[in-house]
Amino acid sequence: MSDSVMRTAGRSPDERAGRLSEIELSVNGRVRRLAVDPRTTLLDALRERLGLTGTKKGCDHGQCGACTVLVDGRRINSCLTLAVMHEGDEVVTIEGLGAPDDLHPMQRAFVERDGFQCGYCTPGQICSAVGMLSEVAAGWPSHATAAADAVAQRIALTDEEIRERLSGNICRCAAYPHIVAAVRSVAEGDAG
Amino acid sequence: MRAFTYERATDARAAVAAVSEPGAKFISGGTNLLDLMKLDIEQPSHLVDISRLPLRNIEDLRDGGLRIGAQAANSDVAADARVRTRYPVLSQALLSGASGQLRNKASTGGNLMQRTRCPYFYDTAAACNKRRPGAGCAAIGGFNRIHAILGAGDSCIATHPSDMAVAMTALGARITLLDTDQSVRHVDIADFYRLPGDTPHRETVLRPGEMITDVVLPPPPPGRQLYRKVRDRASYEFALVSVASVLSVKQDTVRAARVAFGGVAAKPWRSVEAEAALIGRPATMATYRDAARAALRNAIGRGHNDFKIELAERTLCRTLAHLAAAS
Amino acid sequence: MTGQGMTGQGHAGQGVIGRAVHRVDGPLKVTGRATYAYEHGAEDRPLYGYIVGATIGRGRLTRIDTANAERAPGVRLVMTHHNAPEQGPRDTSVPIEYWRAQPMLTGPEIHHYGEPVALVVAAAFEQARAAAGLVEVAYEERPGRYDFAALRDDTYVPKVVNAGLPTDTAVGDFDAGFRSAAVTVDRLYTTPYEFSMPMEPHACTAVPQGADLTVHVSAQIVDAALASVAATLRLDPARIHVVAPYVGGGFGSKLGIHAETILAALAARMVRRPVKVALTRQQIFQLVGLRPTSSQRVRLGADRDGRLVALAHDVTMHTNPDMEYAEQTAATTRSLYAAPHRLTSHRLTPLDLPRGEDVRSPGDAPGLLAVESAMDELADALDMDPVELRIRNEPTVDPERGVPYSDRHLVECLREGARRFGWERRPTRPASVRDGQWLVGYGTAAAIRGHFQMPTTVRVRLAADGTATVQSDMTDIGTGTYTILTQVAADGLGLPTDRVRVELGRSEFPTSMGSGGSWGAANSSTAVHRACHALRKRLLAAVREDTRSALCGLPWEKAVFADGRVRIGEASEALSDLVARHFPDGVQTTGETLAMTDDPHYSAYSIHTYGAHFAEVGVDADTAEIRLRRMLGVFSVGRVLNAKTARSQLIGGMIWGVGAALQEEGVVDVRTGAFATRDLAHYLVPVHADIPAVDAVVLDGYDDKANALGAKGIGELGICGAGAAVANAVFNATGVRVRDFPLTLEKVLPGLPPPEE
Repeated sequence: MSDSVMRTAGRSPDERAGRLSEIELSVNGRVRRLAVDPRTTLLDALRERLGLTGTKKGCDHGQCGACTVLVDGRRINSCLTLAVMHEGDEVVTIEGLGAPDDLHPMQRAFVERDGFQCGYCTPGQICSAVGMLSEVAAGWPSHATAAADAVAQRIALTDEEIRERLSGNICRCAAYPHIVAAVRSVAEGDAG
Repeated sequence: MRAFTYERATDARAAVAAVSEPGAKFISGGTNLLDLMKLDIEQPSHLVDISRLPLRNIEDLRDGGLRIGAQAANSDVAADARVRTRYPVLSQALLSGASGQLRNKASTGGNLMQRTRCPYFYDTAAACNKRRPGAGCAAIGGFNRIHAILGAGDSCIATHPSDMAVAMTALGARITLLDTDQSVRHVDIADFYRLPGDTPHRETVLRPGEMITDVVLPPPPPGRQLYRKVRDRASYEFALVSVASVLSVKQDTVRAARVAFGGVAAKPWRSVEAEAALIGRPATMATYRDAARAALRNAIGRGHNDFKIELAERTLCRTLAHLAAAS
Repeated sequence: MTGQGMTGQGHAGQGVIGRAVHRVDGPLKVTGRATYAYEHGAEDRPLYGYIVGATIGRGRLTRIDTANAERAPGVRLVMTHHNAPEQGPRDTSVPIEYWRAQPMLTGPEIHHYGEPVALVVAAAFEQARAAAGLVEVAYEERPGRYDFAALRDDTYVPKVVNAGLPTDTAVGDFDAGFRSAAVTVDRLYTTPYEFSMPMEPHACTAVPQGADLTVHVSAQIVDAALASVAATLRLDPARIHVVAPYVGGGFGSKLGIHAETILAALAARMVRRPVKVALTRQQIFQLVGLRPTSSQRVRLGADRDGRLVALAHDVTMHTNPDMEYAEQTAATTRSLYAAPHRLTSHRLTPLDLPRGEDVRSPGDAPGLLAVESAMDELADALDMDPVELRIRNEPTVDPERGVPYSDRHLVECLREGARRFGWERRPTRPASVRDGQWLVGYGTAAAIRGHFQMPTTVRVRLAADGTATVQSDMTDIGTGTYTILTQVAADGLGLPTDRVRVELGRSEFPTSMGSGGSWGAANSSTAVHRACHALRKRLLAAVREDTRSALCGLPWEKAVFADGRVRIGEASEALSDLVARHFPDGVQTTGETLAMTDDPHYSAYSIHTYGAHFAEVGVDADTAEIRLRRMLGVFSVGRVLNAKTARSQLIGGMIWGVGAALQEEGVVDVRTGAFATRDLAHYLVPVHADIPAVDAVVLDGYDDKANALGAKGIGELGICGAGAAVANAVFNATGVRVRDFPLTLEKVLPGLPPPEE
């Protein structure tokens, strides 16, 4: 059977369309209940409904990565998914990683290595980097992974690997070399 | 984005029943559909969310093949040890596409169903026979650098953007479809996509309401596998041209070959002509050149994309040489 | 103006100026707590505006039907030219475009593709966007001029070019000089339309409060935004409050405000509610100005030793017919190399496209692509090291103005860069080095960028607790303004940096010229430096006869402000005690920087920044894919205010140069006037994987003619010449010279040999 929570029986599609849907999702460890227009992206739900404006809208089409958040531990573009599709999911945004007086190691590394300038792509870069390190820890390969290592369980996190794996996050200020340095410092810290 | 109703399907049969409503569409990863809905290119009135259907598994088949659930995320397929060891060309193709974030969301079925990135298809003010049959094709005579050189006609010169589907085409994948009457059929990926002809809006052989439930990879063909993608940027860009190839060389002679191109046609382009020109011939650059010429013999440039003909030839030559050297 | 600080805070000291201090706004930015223009007003439940753009390039609206849109759920307002309020006209007597009124929805005429024809305002973003699709528009289309290549000879001569620079210059007798030269280069280079594309879309939240209007805007120059909103809405500037504490990149595209701000402000006043409008990424390509496309003829004539005898740089670019914009593409060519016979010119081809606007390093970025490519061609023709060729043409005075250079170190940049990069290992013969699949080449190019000074005022206030607050309407667009002004104030008052607070981006604060033209840092830090100087004088005047102070009667001219204390010889007193006693309510003063036209140094000297780029590229021998392998820039920028942020900006600029060389290209469909490349999947900018090790080195320096701090601009220098170094490396790798930027692979492919075994 299909889940009928979102349906309103007996009405024409036009009447039903645009009605609000009740959803419940966990954001940064807090359960949030929301009535959303089904058209609302996870990004707009976070920014416009929950006041979590740290997640940025750069292109709204999955072409820049500024909206990257972690859902059930995986990094995704929050602009290309609907809030209603995340019923029950655990969402972590930049605000959930750390606060100005309690920085996440990745956030601290970005400050120390000057891994940003205007700061607009930065939350996405940081969420992406955190998600990416989990993927590396899980042994996921990338386009940059040498063929010989393709089935190795342990990925050597070279700068080339970091660059390839973060290529879904555009930084127009082009802080790229410093972002890579920041991510490398965190990865090495974790290894040690 | 037009208003729509939303429902989440919990089993495949209910999903196809739910999508039978006029204007209804499946949504899975959403990474292309929502992109298009925001621009009013897709205007579903009802969305059936199939992302939570239990179709995420990757299973070994008795014949040595692999079944990939339609809801398996691109990143899970690319990272799967069986895919990496037995079908490296598929893992490579997936990893050369999109970004880490997009691969985490995009599903196998959705990747097959993604639509062209032709800029005129994306511009609702431009003429496009895909969007509005009979409207014309603005890409012909327009900016057509990324467009098709093979199998296109005067109605449409768009390319299929998938990398994954190119590798699956080289591997001879079969797609399992569940119809609204609950019947199941299997379609070879080579037959799944249509060339534009006079109906470029009909991109696949899917019937209305039909759903992809899985993709079956036959046992790996003999030989080594490689996916080579050529693009302007080093990452996060669709292919200008790509080649998926499987090559078996013994005693300096090509014993078996598979060749498929991406970025050149409205579908992943399997070249049986190139394969025929390779099998039984010496594994030399002269052979690869013959194969490349055979593959591109009927290619037509449209101006900005003329270079793709030579680029596709050269990319195939290098890919084959690389595979032969590794044999 | 003096070249030194006073009372021990001279430039040579080990002070906090120049130190690689972390960005003070860093913790807010990395945690998502820095709020940008669209992220305000949530408490007042703002309405959402969505712009409807024209789908013709030229013509007029014959009908616009808003009935369906108005009936759509949540819609509060549909604004078109029928109901848009009367607005102030664009007044060309206001000297700079960005301060002028920007009236919107003024009539049925369509001047370029995408021009706003309606704004839909609704309770939710989703509702506004959906209703925007219900606005029905009919047009009468007229043939437009869209094709630069076809129309580029149909030009006119602008009165001046950007920044008020002369359109044409001539020295000596170019034709005779060029004829007499032993070796000549005469080449045409073309550069494409380019877009700034900051990551934060252009956005505004307009909040009406009675007769007042608060405008949260993404703007580089608060004063320009204020003036532009006031002139357009015909409001008293005193009732408008512009707020821009964080700006998600600008690169020229936010020097002025655009449709998002004007339409949000108009709508907010109509509906008496806060209204937010952001341009979609697609709209940015049509509604924000762009770098003009250009065609540049460069002629170089040299003797056999490589000394230039004649140099000409003739530029043609597109302009919008109603809103002229002429990039100063040949301007720095006038100061770059010595040559007795010289010509430069700028011509404009009117096209029905969005107006040209400043894009990072206007003029110099595209101009140096051409000139520094031509210098490489000359070196090749002479069979001479391109570094040596440039050194041989080092001028002693500015060759066109005849004035001395204030502080020119181009040769040092070239030499130091060549040494650090290992330039001696470069392939001297093109297409001679191969590394696996890669053809490898090295390239170099010089960088030069004019330094500008603009009027700026800041306020510095010392509170009784000994903390300082700096206020200015200056912006930090990622440049590091918060951080450098913290450092300059800490230095000027002898305070630890954590006792200085910098507040920026509000129109209530003293007026600056904002961030642009690479002038922001030098303007504002010089003003802060002066304000601190003035504050020190006031404090010392107070303490002189203060018998309660340990410093009473001591020689005040020997006072040193450091570590939160004031010292004269062995005696010292805490700054906070001194302020608390004499100024219990705190003490404040302002500091100013003059316009360069009022500063005699700027007419007596040729004031620039310099650099040298070195790039190594690999070109795939089969596919002609071009990948940067490493890059180094060595720069001379006067004094550096923060080693970390300066280096970041220079590296960012260099990467812009890489994008300009290899990827960035706005393509107009010449049938419609629409950009076919209108998102970040089709208009390519560099991603992480495109950028390997890129490093920037800054030479120690101090330009005493520029300002009291000796500092000059760096925001645009990095891009200058960077793309040419990459293009020259591609030639060195392949022997293929591409003069049509960007160097996409299809332009290189035909020159490559066939695949080998």
